[in-house]
Amino acid sequence: MDPRIEDVELPPPGGPTADYEVALVSLNQWQLAWRRFKKHKLALFGAALFLAMIVIAIVGPLFLPYDPSFVPSFDSPFCEGSQTVKAFSGCPPLTPGHPLGTTGRLRLDLLVLVVNGARVSLIVGIGAALISTIIGTIVGAVAGFFGGLVDNLLMRVVDVILSIPLLFVVIWLSKVVGNGDWRVILLVFSFLGWAGLARLVRSLFLSLRTEVFVDAARAVGVSDTRIIFRHILPNAMSPIIVSTTLAVAGFIITEAFVSFVGYGVDPAVTPTWGNILTGGQEFVGQGNWWWTFFPGVAIVITVLGINFMGDGLRDALDPRSRE
Amino acid sequence: MSEALNQTNRAVPQQAGSAIPATAHVDATSRELLLGAYNVKKYFPIMGGFLRHQIGSVYAVDDVSLEVFRGEKFGLVGESGCGKTTFGRTILRLEKATAGKVVMAGQDVLALQGDDLKKMRRRMQIIFQDPYGSLNPRMPISDIIGEGLVAQADKFNGWAKRDIRDKRVGDYLEAVGLRRDYSRRYPHEFSGGQRQRIGIARALVLDPELVVCDEPVSALDVSIQSQILNLLSDLRAQFNLTYLFIAHNLSVVQYFCERIGVMYLGKLVEVADTDDLYAGPLHPYSVALLSAIPLPDPRVRKKRLVLKGDVPSPANPPTGCRFHTRCWLRDRLGNPAECATTEPVLRSLGGTRQVACHFAEKVTAEAVQATVATQDVIETATDD
Repeated sequence: MDPRIEDVELPPPGGPTADYEVALVSLNQWQLAWRRFKKHKLALFGAALFLAMIVIAIVGPLFLPYDPSFVPSFDSPFCEGSQTVKAFSGCPPLTPGHPLGTTGRLRLDLLVLVVNGARVSLIVGIGAALISTIIGTIVGAVAGFFGGLVDNLLMRVVDVILSIPLLFVVIWLSKVVGNGDWRVILLVFSFLGWAGLARLVRSLFLSLRTEVFVDAARAVGVSDTRIIFRHILPNAMSPIIVSTTLAVAGFIITEAFVSFVGYGVDPAVTPTWGNILTGGQEFVGQGNWWWTFFPGVAIVITVLGINFMGDGLRDALDPRSRE
Repeated sequence: MSEALNQTNRAVPQQAGSAIPATAHVDATSRELLLGAYNVKKYFPIMGGFLRHQIGSVYAVDDVSLEVFRGEKFGLVGESGCGKTTFGRTILRLEKATAGKVVMAGQDVLALQGDDLKKMRRRMQIIFQDPYGSLNPRMPISDIIGEGLVAQADKFNGWAKRDIRDKRVGDYLEAVGLRRDYSRRYPHEFSGGQRQRIGIARALVLDPELVVCDEPVSALDVSIQSQILNLLSDLRAQFNLTYLFIAHNLSVVQYFCERIGVMYLGKLVEVADTDDLYAGPLHPYSVALLSAIPLPDPRVRKKRLVLKGDVPSPANPPTGCRFHTRCWLRDRLGNPAECATTEPVLRSLGGTRQVACHFAEKVTAEAVQATVATQDVIETATDD
């Protein structure tokens, strides 16, 4: 039955008319973005994975029975007696005292290695992403805002940097200059990794500086510095944040690769996920799958988590997306 | 300033129909020059070639001179791309002028630098066309409106203090018909008409004398347009404003402005009082432009004076009179050579009327009718 006209409830006369009461709480763009992000289950899951990894990296070594700066060689009677695996290829997972098993040869505890490796892997990834973001943002902002000759010069520098094969330079610098020091690798990543972001930020600034609200600010006498920091940068933040997030994953992978091929962080000094893999590769054929499996899983979990989070951030921070 | 603040307490009518008569003429004897723009030029470079050097120019505004008197609503009309917006932006120093002089309060605006320029910006403000793009989506309304106050703060006005600023922002929100407590909200929470009111408040909060209205209603719904126009009228009386009103909607200009300048391809071709212009335009282009006004009555059939061809490129404008390639009057007069060789200057034609046409005296109602009468044939011929 169709409702008759009389059945329709009319608003009481004199009550709130069609005045535009928009929202009870006024939310700014970041609050709205957080609302959208919260609805993105996969992104939340990714962020949780990433955060868990960070927590493990920070507090994990404190709970393990070994000094986090030093991974001791370790003998286990249970391992020696194991019948399933040849003794020299290491103890399998779930060996008492070694939940993830041990490596071969030196019989290092894999849990200790992976947890300690998380520190350097994550520090290099996050640190390089942050430093390169700062450099890239400054360079891109200056180029895009002022344009002209400055822009031309800076963009040629970017072209040069993008044309340098990053891996080759990292391999060369970390061996020759850094002697396997993770700090050198972090800095090399930072100072060679900002160029792509500089281009992105430049293009954002180029388009944002012609926005009408920038003209409006100029018309009331706002200074260039304030226009850059109050008007253009906040509106360019979303792509920058997304790009930084994804750069963390990229740098973790690159570090793992460089360390894996033996030119990255020195495994004798600091374990990283990459150089743990290096040691394990020749033992895979002898049945020791766990040596490469667990650091590999750590990399996959972290990178996947970051990428899920980055995708969620991209959607949440896009002002065109609606709730 | 304090006087202005007191006035904001009165209720601002939001409904259409409470308009102040738009064509209340400024008494000719008491005219005080507010803004004088002389030979203003704005050329945009066209870059190209192997080394990206300048290969040409777009003559967006080419030698425009006009004077705006205190308290008037001066309309600047013309079709898209004729340079009216660029002119407005140039006199406000949002574009760097190629040449010319803009005099405001005895100072050459185009030559000002640093602090002097900043002080001058307080006197001349702009309301933008796009109510969406002109408000920074990341800033609350209080910051958007208050930003000019921060930038213009000095030891006399005390605008550096948050509470003084907040009070003033609230006063101006009310002056434009918004609620004081909206100030912490963000632009996306407002409708187009409300956003335009916020843009108006931002311009007025600095207590300017001249406000350039750059098509302030053309992006709005028709029902909201009249509200905003009435608001602008009221605000002018309340704050002693002078408007340079840039528009392409001729009906709006007729309703709103007292004096009108018509632009074509970077040139000012006619300046006249609104009544005079609409009663009888004297430039052949103005005639064609006014005949293009749509009539609200669908039963009335009106014969329009349709111009031939398209607007020429402003990068390569015609010689002599810029309109001569499309001029119906020139056709009637048998294509006099003068039109293509000599550029007509804006000359006075009695009273406040100025026209840039060699043969303005030949623009008569009969000539227009005769042209329109012959036109249908030509139109159908070209359409086939």
